[in-house]
Formats: sequence, C-alpha cells, structure tokens
Amino acid sequence: MMTALLGLSQAAVTAMTIIFSLIIVVQVGVIGWLIIRHREHVAMTELGKPAKKKRYRSMKAKRITVLTIIHIVLTVLAIVWVLPFVYVVLHSFRANDPLSPFPAKIIPTEWTLDAWARLFNGKPEAYSDAKFAWVNFPRWWINTLVIACFSCVISTLFTLMTSYAFSRMRFKLRQPYMKLILILGMFPGFLGMIAVYNILVALNLNEGILKDVALVMVYSGSAGMGYYVSKGFFDTIPKALDESAKLDGASQAQIFTKITLPLSKPIIVYTALTAFMGPWMDFIFVKMICRGDTDYGTVALGLQTMLEREQFMTHWRLFCAGATMVAVPITVLFMFLQKYYVEGVTGGSVKG
Amino acid sequence: MAEVNASIKKPNAFVAFFISIGAWFRAFPKRFVNFFKRLGLKIANWFKSLWRIVKEGNWKTRMSFVVMGFGCFAYGQWLRGALYLLLEVGFVLFMVFFGPPYLGKFGTLGTTLQGPLIDQNTGLQIGVTEGDDSLMILLFGVVTILFILIFAVLYFKQLRNAFANQERAEFGMPIDGTKDDVKNMLNKNFHTTILALPTLGIAVFTVIPLIFMILIAFTNYDYEHLTPGNLFTWVGFKNFAELFKFTGTSSMGQTFGKLLGWTLLWAVLSTVTTYIGGMILAILINYKGVRLKKVYRAFFVVTIAVPQFVSLLIISKFLDTQNGLINQLLKSWGWIDQNIKWLGETNLARLMVVVVNMWIGVPYSMLITSGILMNIPEELYESARIDGAGPVKTFFKITLPYMLFVTGPHLITQFVGNINNFNVIFLLTGGGPTSPDLRSPAGKTDLLITWLYDLTVNGEYPNYKLGSVIGILVFIVCAVLSLVVYGRTSSVKNEEDFQ
Repeated sequence: MMTALLGLSQAAVTAMTIIFSLIIVVQVGVIGWLIIRHREHVAMTELGKPAKKKRYRSMKAKRITVLTIIHIVLTVLAIVWVLPFVYVVLHSFRANDPLSPFPAKIIPTEWTLDAWARLFNGKPEAYSDAKFAWVNFPRWWINTLVIACFSCVISTLFTLMTSYAFSRMRFKLRQPYMKLILILGMFPGFLGMIAVYNILVALNLNEGILKDVALVMVYSGSAGMGYYVSKGFFDTIPKALDESAKLDGASQAQIFTKITLPLSKPIIVYTALTAFMGPWMDFIFVKMICRGDTDYGTVALGLQTMLEREQFMTHWRLFCAGATMVAVPITVLFMFLQKYYVEGVTGGSVKG
Repeated sequence: MAEVNASIKKPNAFVAFFISIGAWFRAFPKRFVNFFKRLGLKIANWFKSLWRIVKEGNWKTRMSFVVMGFGCFAYGQWLRGALYLLLEVGFVLFMVFFGPPYLGKFGTLGTTLQGPLIDQNTGLQIGVTEGDDSLMILLFGVVTILFILIFAVLYFKQLRNAFANQERAEFGMPIDGTKDDVKNMLNKNFHTTILALPTLGIAVFTVIPLIFMILIAFTNYDYEHLTPGNLFTWVGFKNFAELFKFTGTSSMGQTFGKLLGWTLLWAVLSTVTTYIGGMILAILINYKGVRLKKVYRAFFVVTIAVPQFVSLLIISKFLDTQNGLINQLLKSWGWIDQNIKWLGETNLARLMVVVVNMWIGVPYSMLITSGILMNIPEELYESARIDGAGPVKTFFKITLPYMLFVTGPHLITQFVGNINNFNVIFLLTGGGPTSPDLRSPAGKTDLLITWLYDLTVNGEYPNYKLGSVIGILVFIVCAVLSLVVYGRTSSVKNEEDFQ
C-alpha cells in the first residue's frame, strides 16, 4: 500500500531503506563513539592523576590520533561545504570558451575581468534578443539595498511592537490574537499571492517605481506575525524593572523605549538582520509583482532570469559574478552579527 | 533539573507525543461544544446590553445610534468623537461608492460576461463591453464584508461608550477627556497604539488573501474560467470530492496520495538527516582540543548567509545532466562514460534532494544543537557510570532522550518547515522528473507545496481551485501537528512563570 502510494518499485524501496538505515546507523555510531571518547577524556582529567603512567601515555597517543582524525574530517567537510561557492567566485574570473560553461578545473588557467565589466556597465547584451537582455546589475543591486533597508526598518518596528504588546501588556484579546497568528502562520505563505497581487493592483502599486513600494509592503506588511522569538526574549527581562519604573511614574511607552529596548540589543539585531536578509533571499514575490520587468526588481529576479534555459550558456559567468556580489556583502554582514543570530535562533527554538 | 528527571523516568518521548495527540483529539468535541456555548452566551449578552442602551439611554446616547461619536462629543471627548464620526463618514462613502456592487454579486460571483464592443460605423471590434469580474467580486466582497464587520464592532463600541458616559455623568463620576485619551494611548492602552499598524499589515497581506484563497476552494476557478474573459462561480465541496477521486492511474486522487506520501517521507528523511548531521558536526567542532573552532564554524555558517536561490541554483547547475560540473569532472577522471541523470531519475533525484538539503540544513541544526549538547549535566553521566551503564546504553538512555526532550519543539517546527520546504525542491528539480502516473504538472520529487505553486502561480494551466484545496489540506496537517506540540510546550503553558 505504502509503496504503491509513493510510486516506488519494491526494489527501490528496499534499496533506499538500506541506504538510509546505513546512513543513520553510521551517524548514530559516530555520535556514540564521540561521546564515549569525550566522556572518557573528561573522566580522566577529572580523576586528575593517571592510574598508570604507561596507560596514560597510550591514552594520550590515542587522544592525539582522535584529534587528528577529527581535524581531518572537519577540514574535509568544510571544504565540501564551501567548495561550490569558491568555484563560483573563481569561475567569474575565468576566461574560457562560453560554450562549455563547466570546465572540469577548479582553478582557472586564464583570468579575466570580462564578466565583472559586463556586470557593471549596465548596457543591453548584444547577443540576446529577449527583454531580459538588460543586465542592469548595479540598478538591481541598489533596488534591493533600498528595499531591504526600508523593509528592515518597518519589519523590525512591527515585530518589536507586536512582541512587546504580547509580552508585557495584558488585554482581553491577547491570547486569542496570539493563537490566531499562530494558526495563520501555518498556511503556506504564497497561498494568498493572487489576492495580494490584486490588492496591490487595486492600490495602484503596479507601475514603475511603485512596484518597489509594493515589494516593501509585501516584505514587511505581515512582520507582526514573526513576534515569537522576540516575545520570548522580552519575557526573560525581569518584570521588576517595569514595576519600579512604573512606581517612578513612567508610562508603558516610556518603559518600552527607555527600558525594554535598550536591554534587547541582541534581539533587535537578530530581527533586523533577518528582515534585512529577506528581500535578498526572496525570489517568489518579486517575480509575481515585477512580472519580468527587471528594472524595478531585486537581484533575485535578475539573477533568476539569467539562468533561464536559453540564456544559461551566455550568462552563466555573469551569474557567477552577480551571485558573488549578492553573497559577499550578506555573508560579511552575517559574520559580524553571527553572535546575535545564533542567540536568536537558539533562544527561539529550544525554549522547552 | 526537574524536567530532565521527568524525561528520564519516561524516556520514550515519541510515545508521550502520540498520547498527547490522542488526548487532543479526545478533548476536541468537548472544546468544540464549549466554544459554541460561550459564543451563544456572548451573543445573548450583546443583545441584552443593546436593549438596555435603547431603553435607558437619554437623547444624547440615542443620537449616537444615528451620528456616531455623538455621545462622545456631548461629554467632551472630542478626539474619540471625531474618530468615530470620521469612521462613519468613511463607511457611508465606502458603501455608496465601492462596496455594494461587489457585495450584491457575491452570491453568484457575477453573471454578465464581457463581450466584444463593436464600432457601429466600421463594424470592427474596438474593445470589450464591461462585464463582471468574478475575481474582483470575490476579493472585494471579502474586503467589504470584513469592513462591515469591523464597522459593526466599532459602532457597538461607541454606543457602549456613550452609554457609559451617560451613566458616569449621572453618578457624577469623572469622564476621560481628550487629554486622558492621549495619555492612555501611551500607557494603559499602549497595546492598541503599537498593535494598530502591525494588525493592519497582517489584515491586508495575510488575513484577506487567506480568506480569499480559502473561498477559492469552493469555486470552479481554473484555466477554463480565467477572469476577466470568463466567470467562475460557487461549486460547494466539489473540488474536495475531485481531489479524493481515486479512479484511473493518473487521477487527482492518486496524484495527491502519491505526493502526500513523498512529502511525508521527505519531511521525515530531511528532518532526521539534518538533525543528526548537525549533532555530529556540533560534537566534532566542540570536541575538546579542536583548534580554530570559530573558523570551522564560520565555514559552515556561510551556507546560511548565502541566499538559497543562489546556492541551490548553483548546485542544480552542477548536477545538470548535459553540462553539469559533476558529470564533467567524473568524466574527465574517467570514472564514468555516460552522463548520470542526477536529477532526472526518480530515486536518484529523491536521494539527491535529501543530500543537498543536508548541505543546506546541517549548519543551521549545528548552530542549534551545539549549545545544548554542551549543557547536558555531567551528573547524569556520572550516575549512569556508577550504575554500571555502558557507553552505548548511556548514549541511548541519556544523550538522545535529553536532546529530543530539549529540542522537541524545534524538531516539530523543522518537520512542519520541511513539509513546506519549497526552495530546495523548486530550485533543484522543479518537481521533476515527470511521470505518466502523475497528473501533470506534478513530478516525482514534487512536494504538496511545490505542486500547489505549479497549480496556482507558475503553471501554464492554472488550477486555482485545486491549489487552494491542497493549501487547506497542507494547513490541516501542519496545524494539527503544531497545535498539539505548542499546547504541550511548557513555554506556552507556564508563560507567566518566566516573568
């Protein structure tokens, strides 16, 4: 029954089951082994004095072997993880025959800045005829930056305000409203896209630069629904602080701006960071609102059109350069603010 | 600590989870009945208080029935009164110029088809005559109904306000003036102030679109009834019936069943692999004595920062059958002669999406698990050792249950997130490979969510009605899972304990 439902042949199911149980067994085995090693080591150091010198030495040798293996494994994994990106960055500098987009060498033999020059001169490509031929990358990039900044500010405000209301204020509709948002959040995001589009058209936000206004609204409009993480953070700020401020005659607005917000730097940074990254990452809504008019679209739209089937060959290196231009600033920003991101993610997901 | 001990007493977190699902369903009828009981009581009370206002209100209060905010003006609440009056003017204008045409046709979703507009002199078509647009009728019908509901609530509120003012005046109690109102907006009613704009945003960009799409599930809106050239209309539960029709090999029912099966299998596989993979990675990186922990971490975290449409499009081009890097490399090394269809064969494609999803998801899960792993209390291991438990037993009896207990909510969120994991499937395979036993445009790696996308937004033959039915069913699956879990989570139950 199950196999028929999945449309798999019996043999395939067996093969897949075996493969995955093997993967899982290996994974569990590795974890178990590592933990045993770790605990043994802890036990040894806790005991302080080794029972026998010879045994201690062999333990030390063992430990060095284990550490070496771990380092090797980690290095290999790290290479696997970043290699695709390294390849893409290097490829954007590669001078090669445009008809074979994937030369089987990772480091280019000849270097060129050609793709980068084409990316930044913002002129129509000579050899393409489609309307997507405009590779106006600087414009897309600035569009995205502006949209991201605006929606970052609005989303952050909306999210923090909603979370504060839910965390600190007590009002009649609080519980029902929180539950409602939880339920709304469970519908697939783009289920209502057609309606959103028609609402934007009805608001006359489908012409020219107004498309960007529409994008900002779409990205930040429902930001209040993401209250969960920051509310959890606000909940941990002691209420005694509020109470003492209230005794001193502070209003709720003052408590919010003068006490809660200054204490919430990590969560503000987290919220702002995720909101800022949103427009760079979205490729669904921008496609719907801009409809192939890349001039007002974000980089996501432009890069996507570059890889459409008939343009893939000519635009692949351009895509690589563009992808680098998108990924590098975000990654750098992310690296700087990583601490806050980790705090937000772990705080929001493991409160048990 | 108490929580941890509890988890050790009943180590099987999964059994507990299924018991709680059962409990949730058992309690459901009771809750359902209670909800309607309470609703009935509320409505009765509402009528009672309305009757009281009619009977006991003085002329100022009664004037409020006609002129909204009159009862506020009369007692010096200028700001409130002005807002209410403005609302009434807005409502009247809305109902005169905008609402009724949509509302009137809401029952049929339009009857007049647009036709060719012929120029009398030349006999040529110069345009189209104005017809009904079912889409607009449905959408703005919803908007109008919502607006009327909100207006009704506020209308009643201002009546009560007027009546309260009257009573306070009779008893000689002070009435909040405009100054007090402004002050309250920043203090006692601060929640209204700060929730107003976010709520408006949620209403316009989430609530109205969702109501609209849910209603679409009960119409026949598809490529044969595209507006404005055609009309669509209500069909009741017909679409639900169509989705559960199992006759024929590529019927909707069969396709839906197969995709649902794969979606659930995918959700389990991707959740388990990324979770355990992330745990291994976390243990490796945080292993005592490993140098350059931060650098290693940074390498993995890069994948989170790079937009998924970039990283996944790159990978999908790497896995391309004809020109893909992987095939080129393998060929140049002489390992293969023929191109491997990485994303072109059902089972291989399914394996590849799971593997690539690990590449995307493991760093994220590493971030989450690493903090918790380091926090497992040492005493647990010590007592286990004293009791003579072996290392394997320790792992299965302590580490795993502890991790599952602490990250339980996260796991369910991940599971639900994977059911809706649009990016990986859409950008890698686009749902392909297609197969004759699936109704087009569904493919072998399509999840319900990507199928939904193809049916509604992307496809050549949009089938909005079925897309919307699928959306509702996806919602039901996710909602049941999450509600049970969130209900169980102590962070929701004992919310006040934290503060």
